[in-house]
Amino acid sequence: MHDDDGTPARPDPWQALRRLTPARIALGRAGTSLPTRAQLDFQYAHAQARDAVHLPLDTAKVGQALCAHGLEVFDLHSAAADRHSYLQRPDLGRKLDGASAERLDQWAVRHPQGYDLAVVIADGLSSLAIERHAPAMVERICAQSAAEGWRLAPISLVQQGRVALADEVGQRLKAQMVVMLIGERPGLSSPDSLGLYFTYAPRVGLTDAARNCISNVRLEGMSYAMASHTLLYLMREAWQRKLSGVNLKDEAHVPVIDGQGKPAPGNFLLPEG
Amino acid sequence: MASFAHVVAGCSWRFENLRELMAKASPARSGDYLAEVAAGSDAERAAAQMALAEVPLKHFLEEVLVPYETDEVTRLIIDGHDPEAFAPVSHLTVGGFRDWLLGEQATECSLRALAPGLTPEMAAAVSKIMRVQDLVLVAQKIRVVTAFRNTAGLRGRMSTRLQPNHPTDSVAGIAASVLDGLLYGNGDAMIGINPATDSLGTISELLKMLDGVIQRYGIPTQSCVLTHVTSSIAAIERGLPLDLVFQSIAGTQAANESFGISLQLLQEGYEAGLSLKRGSVGQNLMYFETGQGSALSANAHHGVDQQTCEVRAYGVARHFNPFLVNTVVGFIGPEYLYNGKQIIRAGLEDHFCGKLLGVPMGCDICYTNHAEADQDDMDMLLTLLGVAGINFIMGIPGSDDVMLNYQTTSFHDALYARQVLGLKPAPEFEAWLARTGILHQDGQQLRLGRDVPAAFRPALARLG
Repeated sequence: MHDDDGTPARPDPWQALRRLTPARIALGRAGTSLPTRAQLDFQYAHAQARDAVHLPLDTAKVGQALCAHGLEVFDLHSAAADRHSYLQRPDLGRKLDGASAERLDQWAVRHPQGYDLAVVIADGLSSLAIERHAPAMVERICAQSAAEGWRLAPISLVQQGRVALADEVGQRLKAQMVVMLIGERPGLSSPDSLGLYFTYAPRVGLTDAARNCISNVRLEGMSYAMASHTLLYLMREAWQRKLSGVNLKDEAHVPVIDGQGKPAPGNFLLPEG
Repeated sequence: MASFAHVVAGCSWRFENLRELMAKASPARSGDYLAEVAAGSDAERAAAQMALAEVPLKHFLEEVLVPYETDEVTRLIIDGHDPEAFAPVSHLTVGGFRDWLLGEQATECSLRALAPGLTPEMAAAVSKIMRVQDLVLVAQKIRVVTAFRNTAGLRGRMSTRLQPNHPTDSVAGIAASVLDGLLYGNGDAMIGINPATDSLGTISELLKMLDGVIQRYGIPTQSCVLTHVTSSIAAIERGLPLDLVFQSIAGTQAANESFGISLQLLQEGYEAGLSLKRGSVGQNLMYFETGQGSALSANAHHGVDQQTCEVRAYGVARHFNPFLVNTVVGFIGPEYLYNGKQIIRAGLEDHFCGKLLGVPMGCDICYTNHAEADQDDMDMLLTLLGVAGINFIMGIPGSDDVMLNYQTTSFHDALYARQVLGLKPAPEFEAWLARTGILHQDGQQLRLGRDVPAAFRPALARLG
């Protein structure tokens, strides 16, 4: 059957292709199956992604990091009681539980003037993303908000939350704008990706068409600086034009610079490239 | 509208109409709970299955689940029904039909003739009272053979879609995954890219790239860039080299509207594809993707359970003589299919129902990281579908789609199925693999070349 030189697993002789893509190419083979090393690498990556989904959000730790920046924090919970119900009932993850709603309502009675901006942090599908990236992003957003002269609501830290829940928080706090920082669905090679969702004039019942999204915020993806640059652009535009979503396109493009500064190779499978 | 009653062991169960009966007879899955149409208890589910087994097949022509007047998919199903083809089973109940399918009268030949006489709802109904082994056994009798630049779906063969996605559509990155896949003997169903960006510029660049590679190396396969049918029509109008016309479809008019399509638009896409005459051994050129839960997620399910909605999508598909149809079974997430058990069952139902209706079914055997599923579950579904005679599966590098962020079957997985089940690629592609020195297959014996085949050495040399 196979060429027999006593090597149980055979590397692929096209390793040079690996620098062209993050895809798992040139893995080699044992017989025609995945070699042990590649098999266990995959299992570890999947385990990391699974842990990111199921690891409960350490609200004390994140809350502490936020308080260190002098921010007031609400500890809130969605109507999804636990991860099991969160995963099967998207409707419950989109609304606050009774106690959380009441807490915001009571606050709003004492602060009837409302706010320009509310920031909501939710575990979503990756608590890891929140623990690693949310405090740093919130610090930047707060600094920007202060520079713009916007009145900022206390930070809402929500367990078992989905994107649309930010609309309810914004509505109850009487906020003109709301930003949701949420853990994104983990990919095999990206367990800690943070997503930012922005809505102008938030209210319950809005769809994705009313939101703007900045995705893939993590060390290997979009940087904090680039994400906050884009978000600030969106917020300023929204503040002037009084809208968000599909009618508010992200034109704040920042050119991506190739790390090596070399031109990317084209289609090497053809001589004319 | 009829109501259905059933008495089991002194306990009486009542179901308001066929829609409720079908939903409550469905094996448990999270999407039906989310839609609040599932049975309230295991006993109610079993009773519903008993009641459903007694419903005459003819009744499905009288009581539609989604109104005829307001849904063009229902109209397509009812108006397209062939009473002559239906005749051999028209006297049977759903339960009797299951027995008939398992019996000797149901053969490759008789099942092919029967397909136009069956509605999607009949297929869905009988699948609900079938076990996994029934779904495998009956599907295994059926062959749906289609052709474009090679022949897919022949007995003893299984094709793979080489899916070389890249997070930023880098041409070099895509080419790297294409070569990796070809050297692992994958890609006879198609080389099909999900582009990260949907601009016509990107789509045209990728179409030209794939056409160039297929022509240069004389690969008997077809290309596809998975973009909206309107973009494919626009690409064809601009004279771009497009092989397969792609579209996601669902089983209700409202769900299709949420995808921005209608039957009329699909017909236009089909005719645009045909006008190019690019197939060499056949002209099946539509490529559809589906998946349980899509109608519910568009809030367009009309109270119909998600599996029945899915089979109605195959009713749409078969109207356009597709080359392949792909149920992307675990992609949608745990709110619709919660775990490995639900994904495995759904994949087998979809394959069985599609084949019964005469649709060339393949399956994206896949899961997301928030579903309760892992590689072991995928191995089980792959093995089961291989035995059941699936037309094609996905092949991607190391099971990890770095653009769409989900896991599906790898190039290696396809070779596993070839080895344990003796399944060969499409004959034209098999000959090309042997000729090029990539893969020789003799039954369950697979021999991959030791070195990079001569044809591809200049390409690697170009990288320096």
